[in-house]
Amino acid sequence: MKKYVTRRILQLLVTYFAFLTLLFVVFRIAPGDPTSMYLLEGMGPEQRQATLERLGVDRPLHEQYVNYLLQLLSLDLGESFRYGTAVENVIWVRFWNTVLLMGPAFLIAYVLGIGIGAFMGWVRGSAKERFGVIMTLVARSSPEFWIGLLLLMTFSFYLGWFPSGGMRETGYEAATFWDRYLSLNFLHHMFLPLLTGVIFYMATPALLMRSSMIQVLNSDFIEIKKAEGHPEYIILYKYAARNSILPITTVVAIVVGVALGGSLVIETVFSWPGMGREMVDSVMHNDYAMAQSVFFLMGSVVIFMNFVADIVYVFLDPRVRYE
Amino acid sequence: MSTDIRDRLDATVEGNRRLAKLSKDAGYVWGIIRGDTLATIGVVIILGFLFLALFGPMLAPHDPGDNLRGEDGQLLRTDSPTETFSEGAYLGTTNYGEDVLSQVIVSVRVSVFVGLLAALIAVFIGANVALISAYYGGRVDDVLMRIVDIAYGLPFLPFVIVLVFIFGSNIWNIVFVIAAVLWRDSARVVRSEVLTQKQRPYVKSARAIGASDLRIMYKHIFPNVLPLVGLYAAFAVAYAIIYEASLAFLGFGDPELYSWGQMLFQAYHSGAIRFAWWWVLPPGICLMLLVMAVFFIGRSLEEITNPELRH
Repeated sequence: MKKYVTRRILQLLVTYFAFLTLLFVVFRIAPGDPTSMYLLEGMGPEQRQATLERLGVDRPLHEQYVNYLLQLLSLDLGESFRYGTAVENVIWVRFWNTVLLMGPAFLIAYVLGIGIGAFMGWVRGSAKERFGVIMTLVARSSPEFWIGLLLLMTFSFYLGWFPSGGMRETGYEAATFWDRYLSLNFLHHMFLPLLTGVIFYMATPALLMRSSMIQVLNSDFIEIKKAEGHPEYIILYKYAARNSILPITTVVAIVVGVALGGSLVIETVFSWPGMGREMVDSVMHNDYAMAQSVFFLMGSVVIFMNFVADIVYVFLDPRVRYE
Repeated sequence: MSTDIRDRLDATVEGNRRLAKLSKDAGYVWGIIRGDTLATIGVVIILGFLFLALFGPMLAPHDPGDNLRGEDGQLLRTDSPTETFSEGAYLGTTNYGEDVLSQVIVSVRVSVFVGLLAALIAVFIGANVALISAYYGGRVDDVLMRIVDIAYGLPFLPFVIVLVFIFGSNIWNIVFVIAAVLWRDSARVVRSEVLTQKQRPYVKSARAIGASDLRIMYKHIFPNVLPLVGLYAAFAVAYAIIYEASLAFLGFGDPELYSWGQMLFQAYHSGAIRFAWWWVLPPGICLMLLVMAVFFIGRSLEEITNPELRH
């Protein structure tokens, strides 16, 4: 166990290092003039030179690489020219906005998905299951922006029940943290983007849970439990569902990754001031420092989640013992 | 002379045997699809879209970029598609007076093309990585699986956007970039299947009669993991289509081509989603139908790879 965890930590370090290197390569040695992305139009030659020196882009590549690693690891994220201020002044608010939207969306989707999947597995072969599978497949086939657009058109523009975007009423100034995130106004704005995420991310755990459930229900010990005369709901929840959940945990990290990526789309549709929309905007406007920072944060979260999922899995399933 | 004939005869017999095996397998898959209503519906939908992808530009009633004008010479903009029906724009027009129906039809091509090609490349890479990784094991396996881990550490959409932005948003780059991320799924899953296949007796007997590594990998193991590869190919098609559309919706699509994502991008940014349902619904529904059809077929394939699900 200890050995496995140590090995996994070493792997984590290697993966993370490779990720940082890839980030460096993608943003710096990309085709085209790598320095051009830091220069604005209308800069004079001296200004250009000064900018290059300040950013250290004129130094040899390996020196830049070391500097880059040191800066990132000390969370010095550089300067966003679009905001004219350090990236960290902007990005942390965006980060929490995204986490507060996608986190609950992901959790609700998982809990609902597992519940629905367990039910579909339980009633397999019936019309209910068929309906459930079709609905899940339809949800999975609808890209986030399409679900978002449909909800927006129906509940915001046609029925007028929900606001069409943003995080709170314009002109609303939140005084405290609680005021900012626990007000009704915030929840009202959050509902549609949250629902969009829940619908899309629910499908994967639901379908997985269904297949896993069917396999467990076919196994002998369920027959024995039935023969022992336990009531159905006990068999369903205590024996079948619990044993089926295992495979679902392995894809948690993957779905987190997909959900973080999905925040780009959902936040764009609902003008949610989060990290995803920031990423899209900064790439559009060549604000590479900002784009790179968002990428760095998202990648860090995903890699860390992958690591956690692997460790949790071993705790959940004592049969798994890696050398 | 006689050996020549015998060789040719052997080759023909071997060829026939393989053909028979192939048609038997195809018949088996077709049988399962036929027995599954959803999968049959999926096949029909996909055939329909393939037809549109091949002949779309010929079938579209207008040039998708034409700014249609009414009899009074005004741009054909509308508040409801019934107004433009008599002018030949059956599903209404966009804010530039372009025919929605023509745009939807012409756009089929992009989704089908990106979906098929990106999935093909992704699964080709993924299956090969899986075979090599699992077959050789040890250090090779370690290195390849670390690379897969790294691929999983990359947030998909952001990575694709950055790459597409750097290399330029043309359709080929979009295909390659999507494939460059999608291969990880098939690599990981097929690898574990190859690992179990490797323990089967047939691999040992093949090795005992002196078959080369390459021969064992591609002639003996590969056919046995083919159903799983097919399943992940189907998933890859679905995800490639979704990601292409998402890219286009975010404004990173190929500006030269009409695509469903692009249409929705335009509808969203012109503010038309507030009222112009006739412009928003067709591309979205088509997108959903196409991806759904792929998943319906995928579900059938899943039952082939995992017979326990058929209870």
